Amino acid sequence: MKNKIFITISFVLFAFCFAVFYVGLQKPNIYTPKLDKQIELPNFVGNDFFSGKKVISDNLLKKNNYYIINIWASWCIPCRAEHSFLMALNNKNFNLLGINYKDNISNAKSFLNELGNPYSKILSDKNGVLSIELGAYGVPETFIINKEKKIIKKIIGPINDKNFKEILELIK
Amino acid sequence: MKKLIFISALFFFLSNNYLIAVDKPTELENKIFKNLRCLICQGQSIYDSQSDFAESMKIVVRKNLEIGMSEEDIYKFMKKNYGEWVLYNPEINKGTYLLWSLPFLLFLIGGAIILRKLGVFKK
Repeated sequence: MKNKIFITISFVLFAFCFAVFYVGLQKPNIYTPKLDKQIELPNFVGNDFFSGKKVISDNLLKKNNYYIINIWASWCIPCRAEHSFLMALNNKNFNLLGINYKDNISNAKSFLNELGNPYSKILSDKNGVLSIELGAYGVPETFIINKEKKIIKKIIGPINDKNFKEILELIK
Repeated sequence: MKKLIFISALFFFLSNNYLIAVDKPTELENKIFKNLRCLICQGQSIYDSQSDFAESMKIVVRKNLEIGMSEEDIYKFMKKNYGEWVLYNPEINKGTYLLWSLPFLLFLIGGAIILRKLGVFKK
């Protein structure tokens, strides 16, 4: 009798562990944060890409406006791929802010000359600090900020067709 | 010979200068680096990683310590930006209770099995 209980308990434990690990293995191992609640955009200070002057987020982001923050670099190949989407977003009624990530200024300028400049303002992030303060992982990355200055969507990686439609839907 | 002495002197001067220029992390900085996960690496802390992401995180940690943030404040700041996963020492909540309780549970069950095998309960 005791032996039966022991076997049953062992079996249940084994099945439980198996189920936990099986479910765990099904999950993708690339971590992407869930944005189930809107995150307040932290205040930040950066340097203007062209003039080098200090820029404070409060002066840059006004309430009652939608903003898109895009982190990019000239050395980043996926940034090149998503650039046409950013150019298309440029004509819509919101502000597109660029953060130039760990880049060489002259390379970045020739990137913009070649593909066009969709940004209303670009900040320079020489050592990646600004991106970390915003909660970014790397390049390219795009945040959609609503009228209450809250991040309502994070796109990690290049913008694709689906993301583009989502953005247009969000900022209607 | 003079050239050789000059070159070696120059080398020592430059290498010493370089060593002074690179800030050695303090014990507290290292502790924080070890407790923060490099989110774009495979199972490495930012202490172990030299990726762009980890290097930027280290600068942010140093900067925050300089402006007077405590270790706990830095963890809170990182958790706010990147979620629970960025910490190597997750808090106990409804998502992590199994993680915390399972080792104890397995320890107790394992202990009970060993004691049973040794016949402790029969006495």
